[in-house]
Amino acid sequence: MSGMMLAIQGALGQGILWGIMGLGIYLTFRILDIADLSVDGTFALGGCTCAALMVRAGMDPYLAVLLSTAAGMAAGFVTGILYTKCEIPAILAGILTQLGLYSVNLRIMDKSNTPFLKVDTIFKQLVDGTGLSQSWVSLLAGCVVAFALVGVLYWFFGTELGSAIRATGTNENMARSQGMNTNTYKILGLALSNGMVALSGALVSQHQGYADVKQGMGAIVIGLASIIIGEVILGHKTNFAMKLVSVLVGSCIYRIIVAVVLQLGLSTDDLKLLTAVLVALALSAPVLLEKRRRAASYSEAGEEERHA
Amino acid sequence: MLKISHVSKTFNKGTVNEKKALTDIRLHLEKGDFVTIIGGNGAGKSTLMNMVAGVYPMDCGTIFLDGVNLSREPEYKRAALLGRVFQDPMMGTAASMQIEENLALAARRGRRRGLRWGVTREERARYHEELKRLGLGLEERMTAKVGLLSGGQRQALTLLMATLKEPKLLLLDEHTAALDPKTARKVLELTDEIVTGRHLTAMMVTHNMKDAIAIGNRLVMMSEGRIIYDVKGEEKKRLKVADLLAKFEEASAGAFANDRMLLS
Ligand SMILES: Nc1ncnc2c1ncn2[C@@H]1O[C@H](COP(=O)(O)OP(=O)(O)OP(=O)(O)O)[C@@H](O)[C@H]1O
Ligand SMILES: [Mg+2]
Repeated sequence: MSGMMLAIQGALGQGILWGIMGLGIYLTFRILDIADLSVDGTFALGGCTCAALMVRAGMDPYLAVLLSTAAGMAAGFVTGILYTKCEIPAILAGILTQLGLYSVNLRIMDKSNTPFLKVDTIFKQLVDGTGLSQSWVSLLAGCVVAFALVGVLYWFFGTELGSAIRATGTNENMARSQGMNTNTYKILGLALSNGMVALSGALVSQHQGYADVKQGMGAIVIGLASIIIGEVILGHKTNFAMKLVSVLVGSCIYRIIVAVVLQLGLSTDDLKLLTAVLVALALSAPVLLEKRRRAASYSEAGEEERHA
Repeated sequence: MLKISHVSKTFNKGTVNEKKALTDIRLHLEKGDFVTIIGGNGAGKSTLMNMVAGVYPMDCGTIFLDGVNLSREPEYKRAALLGRVFQDPMMGTAASMQIEENLALAARRGRRRGLRWGVTREERARYHEELKRLGLGLEERMTAKVGLLSGGQRQALTLLMATLKEPKLLLLDEHTAALDPKTARKVLELTDEIVTGRHLTAMMVTHNMKDAIAIGNRLVMMSEGRIIYDVKGEEKKRLKVADLLAKFEEASAGAFANDRMLLS
């Protein structure tokens, strides 16, 4: 296989693992209508907790991932309390959690970077067990986790509880007047979202072979990029399950773009700028296109005159 | 049924924007009372509704509904006993959710929301019947997003949602004000049908004095945060728009006198 093909295959595996984070961000950004910046902190929290549990405490990798997810939920809970009970604006509440988590993550690992040396990560176990290549294993394992999550989310948001969270995100006034404790649902949504983000962080760090306190930098923007790319490609008018899948697709496409530009000779240091530009473009493209379309279709003659 | 005693509310207390919106309100409703509330802009009608619904905390006084003390309960808890329709058709429904989902959310008002299905099959059949009675054809569009409906349709739906689970008290705050005359008429007829037909207790704010006289069994006029007129039964039926206008004049003359006193 050519270098490019290998790079793309690796990108798909990464894309699906990061896509799990995208699902978490979708929950807050699209369903609850909150821009939650805790994500950068909780993604790293997932990785750091997982690394500390496995490397320092010798824990089973699956159990470590589970506990990392729980840690992420706790972080989301904190953001939720700051946002609802303390009435700190959502963006600031998220930034506070994110900043605090930086120190927490350093404490958890006791250093800024922990390689998964001498421990068997989930991916290593699977490679040894199945004889498949690392990139195939990460793609398959990622798909299993991601699609299971899509299924669970699809079910959950059809339940009474899930509907209440959706209503809270759509029209808080309506939700309260129909007896919903909107604060509780916001906290719950933030906890679930950050749980998924930390789960993704734990899997990604096992996959890359180390956890780093900086691994969450820009995670929120990458998540948004995945959501927006997915929406551009698969459209808005699909059902809920497809919307979730489109986040995963968007995440994979983002990784492929990254892989391609790296192959073309860009350095990893340029990636953050590239991502920022990509998201800015994706966010502004629909607006600019609409403006151009309107300008082009305007005429001083009335409609009937023109059609006559 | 509803006992409002000595309720006052001042907004932005202690600032330059201080505004006394309600002063020592006392209002008792019997079960089945349908009260129309009139009064000029800023008279405190919406604030009174919001006090009952718990949108803002009140400064003093008590509110009992069916023997339950609501005075310090949060909005979402009071909602279990209340049905509400707002002036803005956008406010009462979740636009990105389906008609049947909105109804299902309303049907669970005051109940614990768990991991059971958000909308069940039996419910759908019931909603189909209820929607049919609105006569707007919404029963054929139950899975359509509410955001696609017109203002009048949304208001009718909100009214249905407010009464789907029988409320102890229905609060209607100028709920036809944003609609065109014909649609407003239709929604008002529906309201009368539902409230009178099911003997609900209701408070309805309106700026239309004819409606205020024609509908309900009791009429309350507010001015400057106080209830200045309260009639019911036969006396209310005999009211003319001219009588109400005279009352308004009287009240605003009083206000004018107050202003003069302040200035002198
Ligand atoms: N949230 C608020 N903050 C500050 N002042 C408020 C608030 N809500 C109402 N007010 C003030 O309280 C007074 C009463 O307002 P309210 O909305 O109850 O009047 P209303 O009788 O409903 O009038 P309208 O017929 O215009 O709806 C007004 O002077 C208004 O400016
Ligand atoms: Mg009002």
